Amino acid sequence: MNDLLQKLTEAVGVSGDEKQVRLLIRDLIDGHVDEWRVDALGNLIALKKGSGASGLRVLVDAHMDEVGMMITGADSDGTLRFEAVGGISPPALLGKVVQVGPKQLPGMIGARPIHLLDAGQRNRNVKIDDMRIDIGAKKKEEAERKVSAGDRATFLTRYEESGRVALGKAFDNRAGCAALIELLRGEPFPFDLYAVFSVQEEVGLRGAQAAAFGVRPDVALVLESTPAYDLPNERDVSPNVVMGRGASLYVMDAGTIQDPRLVSHLMRTADDNNIPYQIRQPGGGGTNTAVIQRAGGAVSAATIATPTRYAHAPTSMINLDDFGHVVQLAQAALRNLDAAVLQR
Amino acid sequence: MKELIEKLVSAYGPSGFEDAVREIIRPEVEAYADEIRVDALGNLIVRKQGDGSGRRVMVAAHMDEIGVMVTHVTREGFLRFTNIGGVFVHHLMGSRVQFADGTTGVVYGEKLEDRSKVHPLSKHYIDVGASSREDVPVAVGAAAAFVGPFEQQGELYIAKSLDDRIGCAIAIAALQRLEATPHDLYVVFSVQEEVGTRGAQAAANAIEPEIGLAIDVTGTGDTPGAAEMAVELGKGTAIKAKDRDMIAHAGLVQLMRQRAGEAGIPYQMEVLEPGSTDARSIQIAGAGSAAGAISVPCRYVHSQSEVVHAGDVENSVRLLVELLSRPIDL
Amino acid sequence: MDLFKTLQTLTETPGPSGQEAGIAMVIMEMWRPLADEVREDRIGNIVAVKRGKGDGPRPRLLLAAHMDEIALMVRQIVAYPSEKEGAEDEQAHGFLRVSRVGGVDLRHLYGQQIVVHGQRNLPGVIAALPTHMLPPDRGDKPYDLDELVADVGLPLGELRNLVSVGDFITFRQPLRRLLNNRVSGKALDNRASVAAVTVALDYLQKREHSWDVIAVATVQEETRLLGAFTSGYAEQPDLAVAIDVTFGKGPGAKESHLFELDGGPTLGLGPNVHPGIHEALKSAAETLEMTVHVEPHARASGTDAFGLQVARAGIPTGLVSIPLRYMHTMVETAALRDVRRAGRLLGEFAAQLDADFLEKTARKMMEAD
Repeated sequence: MNDLLQKLTEAVGVSGDEKQVRLLIRDLIDGHVDEWRVDALGNLIALKKGSGASGLRVLVDAHMDEVGMMITGADSDGTLRFEAVGGISPPALLGKVVQVGPKQLPGMIGARPIHLLDAGQRNRNVKIDDMRIDIGAKKKEEAERKVSAGDRATFLTRYEESGRVALGKAFDNRAGCAALIELLRGEPFPFDLYAVFSVQEEVGLRGAQAAAFGVRPDVALVLESTPAYDLPNERDVSPNVVMGRGASLYVMDAGTIQDPRLVSHLMRTADDNNIPYQIRQPGGGGTNTAVIQRAGGAVSAATIATPTRYAHAPTSMINLDDFGHVVQLAQAALRNLDAAVLQR
Repeated sequence: MKELIEKLVSAYGPSGFEDAVREIIRPEVEAYADEIRVDALGNLIVRKQGDGSGRRVMVAAHMDEIGVMVTHVTREGFLRFTNIGGVFVHHLMGSRVQFADGTTGVVYGEKLEDRSKVHPLSKHYIDVGASSREDVPVAVGAAAAFVGPFEQQGELYIAKSLDDRIGCAIAIAALQRLEATPHDLYVVFSVQEEVGTRGAQAAANAIEPEIGLAIDVTGTGDTPGAAEMAVELGKGTAIKAKDRDMIAHAGLVQLMRQRAGEAGIPYQMEVLEPGSTDARSIQIAGAGSAAGAISVPCRYVHSQSEVVHAGDVENSVRLLVELLSRPIDL
Repeated sequence: MDLFKTLQTLTETPGPSGQEAGIAMVIMEMWRPLADEVREDRIGNIVAVKRGKGDGPRPRLLLAAHMDEIALMVRQIVAYPSEKEGAEDEQAHGFLRVSRVGGVDLRHLYGQQIVVHGQRNLPGVIAALPTHMLPPDRGDKPYDLDELVADVGLPLGELRNLVSVGDFITFRQPLRRLLNNRVSGKALDNRASVAAVTVALDYLQKREHSWDVIAVATVQEETRLLGAFTSGYAEQPDLAVAIDVTFGKGPGAKESHLFELDGGPTLGLGPNVHPGIHEALKSAAETLEMTVHVEPHARASGTDAFGLQVARAGIPTGLVSIPLRYMHTMVETAALRDVRRAGRLLGEFAAQLDADFLEKTARKMMEAD
């Protein structure tokens, strides 16, 4: 059982409220980093000093936050109104189990029984505005004693493994956090490595923007989770990311054109070390790379991700070998990262 | 100048892959620079130090053009693609693209049931003449630019990527003609404008200018059934008051009108509804800057046959030189 | 302080996003007697500093209220009859096509009084042909920007001499009293907050504070939070609080998560707000025995707080809002008492900040709840 992935994915940290995850990660990196600090937004920024062989300043980012919900109030019947924090599609919420507030109370997002639906209702998705979380309270006052407006909620999903596959919530992006922790647990790199466990990626890449300005790196690598849409699809335009095919390399997404020199370096490193990889389908989606690349001046930046099925849904799935290959590739690429890689 | 414009628009340079364009520009400007460098994103930054009496000024002209990127190679050897920057689906059917290695592709689409409609991007593909996936000379992630050779007809230049190679040509000409400037001047030949003014953002964050000017194209309102706007081809350089993402600094706009008037440079005022420029990123960088733009009126922006007027181009150079040679007090 | 008069001056002075000079001057003079220094920064924000008690260097609190208002801009000059029909300048009537500055709702522009700021200020009205004279297939949709014109009643030639593409057009509406101490006019978004900051500075004349208080009237919030991003960067405060308006419950907006007028200001909570600042604002409200409401924002708050929060390496940020009905119309309506409450809350919050606040707040980020 991958202890790291279990602890990280079961921790609760919806965008803007990442404290539990931040404290957990601080404990997990204890002894493996030389310094750490928390900035004004709650980013955890740790420094792993290098051997001194290289003067490069390298930032590796993994966002700590997960998508979830925010309670906005209680109805007179004791059920809770909520909004999505980050992008969650309504079908992923309807009929699911969540955990609410600092006490992590179990809550159910119920639905009208099918027996009582007419044809029109059966063929329409329920809007989030019409959904409610039921924690068992009978009246508004009772609900308000247990849960406050502004409290967050997230899916209640336990981590488990089945063969080479792992199931759980929030592989986006606790898989990235786990990979970064694995990097920190190794030997020092030739250069000073700034590990940024960033906040609020899911609500606009907010934490990384501030963190990158504070760190001012030369080179940055972002460790993420990327959707694998490898389900049956009649058109031969199936996007490229397939679970089990290895670490996913970004060339371009909606927010970033990754530095072609770093992308080449990653591909060469993977080839030289027989690490399976795949090119993530260009276009669409966004990561912290977008803001790190431009926050304080130009930065060479690239993104590696663990293919993930059903991100932003109650139960996501990854292949543990893919995860291992992401760590392996990041390790190898960083170890042989030097100024020559960035030459034009 | 025409030869330089032709060389620039013919170069390959979709957003993110501007090296070939930079290699044309660098030798043209090196002799006029006190400092020259290329940053981590590929922006070419030319610094011309003033005598200390002026402001810190950043001028930006972007090197990149819109294009497409391969997302999938089918078993039969056709390429599916996504857009790099603002590609209009209406311009795709029957167009040609060219990859970095020179491979040409024809863009077409799946069968159209209703010919009065247009397919979305996802129902188009690129044909490079391969017979199977193994035959295809380019991979997922390869970028291509559109093909649209340069032509001059009367006073008009017709080509792809006049947006914004014409801005680059104007900035080069201004640097070459500028005898002296009081300002600490940074002329940035920027990258990745078409995907969100990203190069200018990074450059401006590093430079922290007080004054920002983009040299870019704008639309015109002078063609049949065009969206109503006051700019017309051949009626002068355009001074931007506002576009979709930026309101030009009112004092800077007033100064630009004054300088144009004093020097007898024909100009028109521009309010552009769709679209923006590098100036929007310069405006908001650091502690902010007084930002504006000198715009080149251009018909058919983002098509393979953009059209500008040589007179408007020349007047844009004149206005830029006028502004940079004299104080900017706002 | 005569709050109605202050608010009247503020709302009736033109200051569109991108051309705030007029309102900037008014605010500068309003804040001058209440601060140790007032200046305009390089982007046009007005910055007033009221120094705290004690030796420097003192920690700094920034209060931001945007001073710009939504408006219009001249996009093109058109004529009736059209020039295609060979009308001479002297015979043709001149009209202006407009472009929006900020989130202007086209549905209620028809009939609205305006001022065109050309070579001189020209009063006029937004007009359009009645729908029965427009193409029948246009349906029942609101007038769009190619159907609406600004009419100042001038012939084409004279119009061309006085007005140019790029000139600003502001809305015209005096501030009026309604029943129950409510006020209505244009630009209460966000001059009500500027008034609140003025109340806060006034409150601090009589209340000791150890932090420096930097009041900033920001530019171009309505278009792109320009003043928030740039003033956060330039002033580098240790804390920031943005003050803006929020959605008041009323006709057309009855949802339960909106706020009653005259029920007190709201405190933003969510990713855009630092939890420590939210708590401190709540404490200040308790001290004043003031009712405040939590306003959850699941994502961006849509205010200057969004820009301030990520300036440089980040600033702990809070958000106080004044409930407002009919936002972005020319009949925006608020309770005068809520404006004063917001101001007093900010003043008390500022006064309660002590030397330990930053350290305590940072420590809480790493302490289990």
